[in-house]
Amino acid sequence: MIHLQNIRKVFNAGRPNEFVAIEGVTLAIDSQGATALKGPSGSGKTTLLSILGCMARPTAGRITLQEREITSLPERFLTEIRRETFGFIFQQFNLIKGITALENVMLPAYPNGENYVSLKKRAMELLDLLNIGGKATSKVEWLSGGEAQRTAIARALINNPAIIIADEPTAHLDTRLSAEFMEIMRQLKQEGKTILIASHDPIVYESDVIDRIVEMRDGRIVSSGDVP
Amino acid sequence: MRALEKQRNILDFTLSSLGRRKGKNIALVLVYTFVIFLLASVLFFSHSLKKEAALILQDAPAMTVQKLVAGRQDLIPTHYIDSIRQIKGVQSVAPRLWGYYYDALSGANYTLMVNADLNDRAGEIVIGNGVSWRSAAGKRNQPLRKNEIIPFKTYDGSALSLKVSGLLPFASELVTADLILVSETDFRKIFSIATGQATDLVLQVRNAKELPVIATKITQIHPDTRPILREEILRTYDAVFDWRSGVIIMVLAGVFLAFIILAWDKATGLSAEEKREIGILKATGWETTDILLMKFWEGAAVSLMAFFMGIFLAYLHIFLASSILFAPVLKGWSVLYPHFRLTPYISGYQIATLFFLTVIPYTVATIVPSWRSATIDPDSVMRM
Amino acid sequence: MIFHPGILALLLGSALTSSMLCYCAYEGVRIIRCWDIRSGSERQLGLERRTYLVSMVMSYVLGFQLLSLFLFIYTADTLSPLFVGAMCAAGSLNVNGFGYPALILKIVSCLLSGLWLIVNFTDNKAPDYPLIRTKYWLLLGIAPFLLAETSVQAGHLLGLRPNIITSCCGTLFSIDANTVMADFLALPRLLSQIAFFASIFITMALGLSVYLKAKGVYSFSIASFIHFLMSVAALISVISIYFYELPTHHCPFCILHSEYGYVGYPLYLAILVSAVSGLGAGVINPFRKIDSLHDVIPRIQKLLSLISILANSLLVLIAGYGILFSNLSMAAY
Ligand SMILES: Nc1ncnc2c1ncn2[C@@H]1O[C@H](COP(=O)(O)OP(=O)(O)O)[C@@H](O)[C@H]1O
Ligand SMILES: [Mg+2]
Repeated sequence: MIHLQNIRKVFNAGRPNEFVAIEGVTLAIDSQGATALKGPSGSGKTTLLSILGCMARPTAGRITLQEREITSLPERFLTEIRRETFGFIFQQFNLIKGITALENVMLPAYPNGENYVSLKKRAMELLDLLNIGGKATSKVEWLSGGEAQRTAIARALINNPAIIIADEPTAHLDTRLSAEFMEIMRQLKQEGKTILIASHDPIVYESDVIDRIVEMRDGRIVSSGDVP
Repeated sequence: MRALEKQRNILDFTLSSLGRRKGKNIALVLVYTFVIFLLASVLFFSHSLKKEAALILQDAPAMTVQKLVAGRQDLIPTHYIDSIRQIKGVQSVAPRLWGYYYDALSGANYTLMVNADLNDRAGEIVIGNGVSWRSAAGKRNQPLRKNEIIPFKTYDGSALSLKVSGLLPFASELVTADLILVSETDFRKIFSIATGQATDLVLQVRNAKELPVIATKITQIHPDTRPILREEILRTYDAVFDWRSGVIIMVLAGVFLAFIILAWDKATGLSAEEKREIGILKATGWETTDILLMKFWEGAAVSLMAFFMGIFLAYLHIFLASSILFAPVLKGWSVLYPHFRLTPYISGYQIATLFFLTVIPYTVATIVPSWRSATIDPDSVMRM
Repeated sequence: MIFHPGILALLLGSALTSSMLCYCAYEGVRIIRCWDIRSGSERQLGLERRTYLVSMVMSYVLGFQLLSLFLFIYTADTLSPLFVGAMCAAGSLNVNGFGYPALILKIVSCLLSGLWLIVNFTDNKAPDYPLIRTKYWLLLGIAPFLLAETSVQAGHLLGLRPNIITSCCGTLFSIDANTVMADFLALPRLLSQIAFFASIFITMALGLSVYLKAKGVYSFSIASFIHFLMSVAALISVISIYFYELPTHHCPFCILHSEYGYVGYPLYLAILVSAVSGLGAGVINPFRKIDSLHDVIPRIQKLLSLISILANSLLVLIAGYGILFSNLSMAAY
């Protein structure tokens, strides 16, 4: 599904603080199944996820998504692909404060120009599916950790993406909520979604939901293999 | 249809975001409103004065003839009338007597003018609204009424008491406010003007097109005179009022610059929260153009709000609150206009000019900051 | 100079527009020199972001230009009492030699910035930005016009002095004068009318062919251009007199007044929109051969032809209304 070839990402190129965050990464992510990116902090997991998720362009190397070369697509087109293909779940949930959970879920679909009423209906269905329909009209700052996490998941699903990308999703969750999160991922995997999680939390990469673990260190892949 | 729906969704979100950040925007909107209020007041005011002047001059004589001595206006001998009346096309010529009178008691300048109706009622005067409020006798905070007395000081220092026999109607306060109508006898007494002399002459002509020709003939017969056409006065008035409002706008440029710097600063100084929001929107699928669109709607909403509030307040200020803020600057020397009210008049042109002077500079000042905030990296949210 | 708020507004507006444009031109040069879409370098990413800024600035420039065109005419109108012999904008513009050139440059600037935005819009539809260098060369090409507009307008406005004697629409647009304009106005009214309506309908028919069959883009474009010139001519020679109901009053500016229900504004706008959309369809046509634009351009041309048809329908409605319901006596000629 996604092929990375010899990817390199340099920050602050040509300046004294030049930093090579990713070096020589070649990786193929197949459709369906769950992959975990594992590695210590600063090893380049987030950077690699942002390249995989069409959020950032690599300094060098090639990316293809479903046989389409997207390496040098300008931001304008990458965004469209990102919106349609990926759903993102962030470390801090990153919900927008001051508006309701429902609106937060709807936001990523605004640029599609979908009719407001039908969009609202879909968002409501997603919240119901995740058992937080009752909280739809609450402002997000009043939600508990678990509710905020579910709202963030619903937001990632609103554009019906094929791939779910999560960066350290359990970093701010206790054990019970972390396990709950992995359960939701399991359901999504069963529905046929491809799942990509970066984490150094054993609850994630030791979970039986994960099919494959890619280990990173200092911007390089040190091992990659299917979970037995 | 999709594009329209998208605009609507983005606009909705923008407005709700503005609502959420009331605190930040309120100061900006207030200053913006104030700037527009000031500019709009200047424009409305000068424009109304122009209109007023034009209205008054409609009834003014088509031509006035003055006598010049050493380049300054002097009294004109009334025997000039006969020779001017001979010119072809002249319908009538009449002398006028008028002048300014400084009233030391009230510190005001009045315009004294002879009115033929008073000529057989010497000792009586008819006064304008401003005079009735300002004159020494009216000091008790209520206007002078009929039959009260105003003392005048004549040229040699002796006193002359004149009785108010009436008030001038309100129609055009700008010109009648400081006006006092007197009889010819009293006028000549106050200023010691000999009979056979007048302030100027006014002409009626049969055909307005002949005015320039008649004017030339008059200067040929009496080289020491200066004919003035009504059209010319109108033109001068227009230029003077435009000039004054232009000057005030230049003076206000300082205020305006400060406002633009504030706008720039507000637009540049995004709070961490706003940056995070834009980052989230971009990461979850909003394109830079969408954020720019949002910023555009934001600017439009702020501008429109300030624009209409500013115009509304300026309207109240100029047409209902008697232009208290800067009437003295625009109207000139007279201190006589306490109850001065202009006829409300706003044109699309004034609105367009205002728009150019305020909204466009504001928009330009916010272009780069909003572009900057719209182009933050979408992956920045992953590192917050 | 006359210290008039309108003049200050125009000068301020055009100074701002010009400086923004200079900035765009500067960015344009950088993009022409350094653009490399294959690169993922930070400089390239920076340049890509700049293109958003330039697009946005150019949209504002077009908007401001349009507004300033009307404000310019309006200001000329308001100033007319200051000049001997001027009754409306026609007289004020004639006060010095820069008035009419400024007006023409303003119209040209509107057309050019509209066309540039169409090219830009087209380019942004293809992932490889195939027109990126072309469009920035074009930007460098139109910048001088806009800058000339600013300076000529400044020359006109700063050179205004009260009491200058000028001639107004009565003589400028009169058949008695001994000018090209006079010969042109002396053409039989019926002929001019037929020519005008023929140009509308030909343009609309060609637009329809582009809309339905994606054919005849160049003819449509050329027709639109001729139609633009015809409309301006017709505005002066025939349309105006119906609105004024005076067989000898040929002024293109008085119809912007409230006495005529501001009918001039939609009329001007329709003419400008029709010209920009028609010309735009032709301007982007050569790029059809580019792979990534092969499918995009016909769609944009379809949209443009639709806009042109709508604008011309509006034109027909307004002009037709003016002619049919005018109290202008036919016997006057
Ligand atoms: N925008 C940036 N500019 C400079 N350095 C960066 C930037 N983003 C990330 N880095 C650096 O890249 C390295 C990898 O970061 P990251 O991908 O976030 O690692 P991880 O997610 O595994 O903790 C870190 O050392 C970080 O400091
Ligand atoms: Mg990380």
